Amino acid sequence: MTLDELQELSRQIRIDVIKSVGTAKSGHVGGSVSCAEILATLYFSAMKADPALPPEARDKCVLSKGHAAPALYSVLAHRGYFPREELLTLRKLGSRFQGHPDMKKTPGVDASTGSLGQGISIAVGLALGARLHKSQQKIFAIVGDGEAQEGQFWEAMMSAVHYKLANLTVIMDNNGLQIDGTNEQVMSLGDIRAKALAFGFEVIEVDGHDIPQLLNAYAVKTQGPKFILAHTVKGKGISFMENQVGWHGKAPNAEEMEKALAELDGQKSLAAVGA
Amino acid sequence: MTITVKEIKAIRIATGAALAELGAERQDIVALDADLAHATMSCTFGEKFPDRFFNCGIAEQNMMCVAAGLAISGFTPVACTFAMFGAGRAYEQVRNSICYPGLNVKMVLSHSGLSVGEDGGSHQAIEDISLMRTIPGMTVLVPCDANEARKALRAAVDLKGPVYIRAARLPAPVFTPDDMPFEIGKAITLKDGGDIGIIATGLMVYQALLAAEELEKAGIQATVLNIHSIKPIDRQAIVEVARKTGRLITVEEHSVIGGLGSAVAEVLADECPTSLKRLGVQDRFGQSGTPEALFEYYGLTAKHIEAAAKDIVGSKK
Repeated sequence: MTLDELQELSRQIRIDVIKSVGTAKSGHVGGSVSCAEILATLYFSAMKADPALPPEARDKCVLSKGHAAPALYSVLAHRGYFPREELLTLRKLGSRFQGHPDMKKTPGVDASTGSLGQGISIAVGLALGARLHKSQQKIFAIVGDGEAQEGQFWEAMMSAVHYKLANLTVIMDNNGLQIDGTNEQVMSLGDIRAKALAFGFEVIEVDGHDIPQLLNAYAVKTQGPKFILAHTVKGKGISFMENQVGWHGKAPNAEEMEKALAELDGQKSLAAVGA
Repeated sequence: MTITVKEIKAIRIATGAALAELGAERQDIVALDADLAHATMSCTFGEKFPDRFFNCGIAEQNMMCVAAGLAISGFTPVACTFAMFGAGRAYEQVRNSICYPGLNVKMVLSHSGLSVGEDGGSHQAIEDISLMRTIPGMTVLVPCDANEARKALRAAVDLKGPVYIRAARLPAPVFTPDDMPFEIGKAITLKDGGDIGIIATGLMVYQALLAAEELEKAGIQATVLNIHSIKPIDRQAIVEVARKTGRLITVEEHSVIGGLGSAVAEVLADECPTSLKRLGVQDRFGQSGTPEALFEYYGLTAKHIEAAAKDIVGSKK
C-alpha cells in the first residue's frame, strides 16, 4: 500500500469504528480511533497478515488494549478475513465480534484479550514460541498507556528483555487518557520512555498518527525487544471526541454518529481514495 | 483393596519426574515456573530440557499468560508454582487468558492445602479447587499419591484444553497399584461396603482407607471412593454409592465451601438427595504447624473420619 492508501485506510477504520460502535450503542470509540494508523500500518505493511497464508506463516499481533477491538475488526475486514458489512453486528448476541477480542470467534484475531496487562504477556509467550519453532515470525503487541498501570505489564516488559526477544515489538498507543481522567490525574506514569529504556528495551518515539514515522520505526533492526512509544490523540479525527475523557467508553448517538461521519467524509480530500 | 504402602513419596516429586519423562517423549511439551522450580520439582525437566524451560521469576500473572502464548504457538505448556499463587494470585489470568480461549495449558500447582504445614495460612491454598472448578472448560485433577500423580499428568497432557493438577508438598504413602487405571472423570472404588460411603480426594484418600479398615473391625462396611477427577466428576459413581449406602462423607484438605464436598453435594442435589457430612476446612484459614498437627487440629485424620462415620451410621442404623 502507498502512504496515501494507508492514510485512507486509517480513515476507513475510523468510519467503521463510528458505525459499528454507534450501531451497537456501546463500545470504546476514543481508544479505537487513536490506534487506527498503528493498525493500518501493521496489517498492511509491517506484518505478513494475508488470510491466504497458513496461520503459522503469518506474523502475530496481540491487541493488549482489547477495548480497541472495533478498530482491529475493521482492519481485519479490510484484509479480507470477513465481510466488512458484518462489522455492524458488533456486540450483538451471537455475533463473531465480541466486545473484546475473542480468538475463538473471530478469524484473524491472534489472542483473546481485554483484561489489561495480559496481552503483552501473551505476546511474550508467542515470541518465545516463534523462537522455539525457529520461525522468522514477528510478534507485535499494541498496549495502552493506562494499561501500564497494571503490575503485570512490567512483569511482561521484564521478561521480554530477559529472554532477549528481538522478534517482539511493543507499540504503546499513548493517548494520555483513561476512563476516570488523564493518566496524570488518575495515576501518573512518569517518563514512560525512560522506564522502557531502564527495563532494557530499545525505544523509538513517534507520532502515532504519522504513517511514515510508524513505518520507519517498524523497519529499525534491534538486538532485543523494541518499544515504539507512539504519541496519539484519543478520539483522533473526530473533533468533538479528540482529547475528551468522556469518549473512552461511550457510543455516539444517531446525531453524533452523523456528525462524526460527516467530519470523516470531509477528510477524504486529504488522502487519495485508495480503499 | 488391602492397603499396601510401597514407599513414602511426595506427589510433587512424582509430577516433577513425570514431567521430565513426558518431555523426553514429546517435543511439544514446555515447562514454566515462577522461581519455585526446586519446590515444584519442575527443575527436573529444566535440567534435561533447558531450551524448553522458562523460569519466569516471581511473576505468576505473567507466567500464566506467557504459557497462553506458547499454547497459541502450538506447544503444550506445563506451568508450575504453588497453588496459592497459580490458582489464587493469577486466577484472572488463568480464567481470561487460558480458559476463556480454551488454550492447551496444564497447571501443576503444588503446596496445596493444609499439608503445606509450617509456612502457615498465607501459603495454604484451601480455595484452589473451588476457584479452578468454577471456570468453564477447566479440568481439575487431585491425585492421591505419587503413582496417581504420574498418571494424572500423562492424562492431562493427552487431553486438549486447560487442566489443573493439585499437587501436595508432603511426602505421603504410595498405596495405589502401578496398574490401576486412571481415567479423567472416572472415580475409583477402593473399597466396597454398604453401610456408608466415604468419598475422598488427594491425601485424604489414604486416611479414608485407614478409617474404613478400622470401621470394618467395628462391623461397619464402608465404600471408599477416590475422586481424583473433581471436574469432570463421576456423577454415576457418586449416585451409585449414595443409593447403596444412603449416607455419605466427603473428605478433603480444602475448604468445605466449593471443593469436593460441594461438588458431591451438587450431584446429590440434582440426582439423588442423600445425607452428607462434609469433612474439610470449615470456613477458616490454616496456620503454622506440622502437617500432622494441622490434620489433627482441623479434624482431617483417619480417626476423625472413623468417628464421623460411626456417628452417622450409629444414628441411622
